Amino acid sequence: MLGWRSTWSIYKRELMRFMRTAFQSVLAPVLTTSLYFIVFGAAIGGRMPDLGGVNYGAFIIPGLLMLTLLGETTSNSSFGIYMPRFTGTIYELLSAPVGVGETLIGFVGAAMTKSLILAAIILVTARLFVDYSIAHPLLAVIYIMLVAAAFSLFGFILGIWADNFEKLGIIPMLFLTPLTFLGGTFYSIDMLPKPWDTIALANPIVYLVSGLRWTFYGTADVDIRVSFAITLTFLAACVAVIAYIFKTGWRLRA
Amino acid sequence: MEPILELCGLTKVYPGGLKALDDVDLTIRKGEIFALLGPNGAGKTTLIGAVCGLVRPSGGTICAFGLDMAQDWRKARARIGLVPQELSTDMFEPVIRAVSYSRGLFGLAPDPARIEEILRSLSLWEKRDERIMALSGGMKRRVLIAKALAHEPDLLFLDEPTAGVDVELRKGMWAIIDEMRARGVTIILTTHYIEEAEEMADRVGIIRNGKIIAVDEKDALMAKLGRTEAHITLAEPLAALPEAIATYPVELEQGGTSLRYRGGDGTGKGKAEVAELTKALTRAGIDYTGIETRESSLEDIFVSLLGEDA
Ligand SMILES: Nc1ncnc2c1ncn2[C@@H]1O[C@H](COP(=O)(O)OP(=O)(O)OP(=O)(O)O)[C@@H](O)[C@H]1O
Ligand SMILES: [Mg+2]
Repeated sequence: MLGWRSTWSIYKRELMRFMRTAFQSVLAPVLTTSLYFIVFGAAIGGRMPDLGGVNYGAFIIPGLLMLTLLGETTSNSSFGIYMPRFTGTIYELLSAPVGVGETLIGFVGAAMTKSLILAAIILVTARLFVDYSIAHPLLAVIYIMLVAAAFSLFGFILGIWADNFEKLGIIPMLFLTPLTFLGGTFYSIDMLPKPWDTIALANPIVYLVSGLRWTFYGTADVDIRVSFAITLTFLAACVAVIAYIFKTGWRLRA
Repeated sequence: MEPILELCGLTKVYPGGLKALDDVDLTIRKGEIFALLGPNGAGKTTLIGAVCGLVRPSGGTICAFGLDMAQDWRKARARIGLVPQELSTDMFEPVIRAVSYSRGLFGLAPDPARIEEILRSLSLWEKRDERIMALSGGMKRRVLIAKALAHEPDLLFLDEPTAGVDVELRKGMWAIIDEMRARGVTIILTTHYIEEAEEMADRVGIIRNGKIIAVDEKDALMAKLGRTEAHITLAEPLAALPEAIATYPVELEQGGTSLRYRGGDGTGKGKAEVAELTKALTRAGIDYTGIETRESSLEDIFVSLLGEDA
């Protein structure tokens, strides 16, 4: 039996933590999105042809959204679990009658909520620069929540694995950011010369960006079903790893 | 008495190979205050951690409320509260929110009246909206106690609740602990202030190197191991012990200018014997100019127990 009250408490507290830094949480994405639009949308985009029938400024929106989303969700949830471990406050969670179910639903639920807020902020900001409309808004919301769930779990694993601050920062810096940049945020994969267009398909982020772009404009580099399948697989893998971590108590219990 | 917690063969070997708990058997009775005493690194915090789910035992079983913690940990943990040794809590959170969170985390419905009562009893009500980092060390510790009480546990662990707390506050803490006991909460506490255990505990357990070396009623322990020590300053030095007092456990000290008595059992028997001894001295015509007697404290007992086969 799952303790829904415990779950709700964790969820509420995580959102509260987010609100505490509401100013940064809102300002940072607004600022970065604006910068990208000024540089890529206005300066470079003006000389770019439409991609798949989509204006270049609009084309980069799903990618930018994904870029911010992955970074924020991962760092937010990795800090969310690393800091309590570091300061010792995790004792309370460990001594509470909560298992992996309550903990994950609380943390991940909060991450999904935050990601939707973040997405809304970015979309509103983008609107100031380009005109766009979303073809499948419901699918877009679902897709954003799925990606947020997957990467908040990923961040969770990162936060448990890391035993110092350097390690906490290194995975996002070494893998996430470059892969996102190379993941088709600013270009379509078929613009790449051979054999890079094929190699690019080994980058999992390509499928995420492409998936979200499909929910926006109905066209993308890869089939939307493939994108969904890959997102769900990643999500399932993260759940499995975390269930294992909780079961063995690895890095959590002495 | 009904047991509320039973440890059987509890063992913990840390990854480095250090045996922090070595085959510990311990039964805690419902409603008592149990003081766990031991030097630094003895395994007190490890023992508490094993019960509360912070430490994975390497062997043995833990039963709380008749439930096997390995199986029914959810039910059991809901009734256990923990105040950790380290002052660790989210420093940015306001007091009342931190305490309310703890209640919710342990699965209870919000109850602002109950939270208010807890905060008032710990003199934290005026500080309820302060961020925890703005409180003094003693207040922070009380916040941790409030958090541990928020879900109304039946079994409470206090890991050095009075470390770094001033004398007055410590007395206040004792009153709070007494109050909790009156409510029926079973309390297990660790402390390095032996007088604290002497003041409050019903039973005392002494742990060293992961082994429990003594567990008993505090009074029984003091009766069994307690001593009376008396020093009688003689008017004139003696060369040897006179026949008249040879049956008493006495020795000459300081070149025969003083008599030392060591005996009794911690129940006052020693004092009576010292009174008899003085009468015997008078009868034998041995004059004395001063008497100083001292009952051994729990601390003396603690020190002597730890000193044995060290
Ligand atoms: N996480 C850990 N990993 C490895 N060894 C540990 C760990 N925690 C404690 N120990 C070791 O286990 C032993 C018992 O530690 P514990 O914290 O239980 O002692 P304690 O009785 O609470 O001491 P104190 O009075 O100083 O709080 C010590 O030797 C300690 O170094
Ligand atoms: Mg300790």
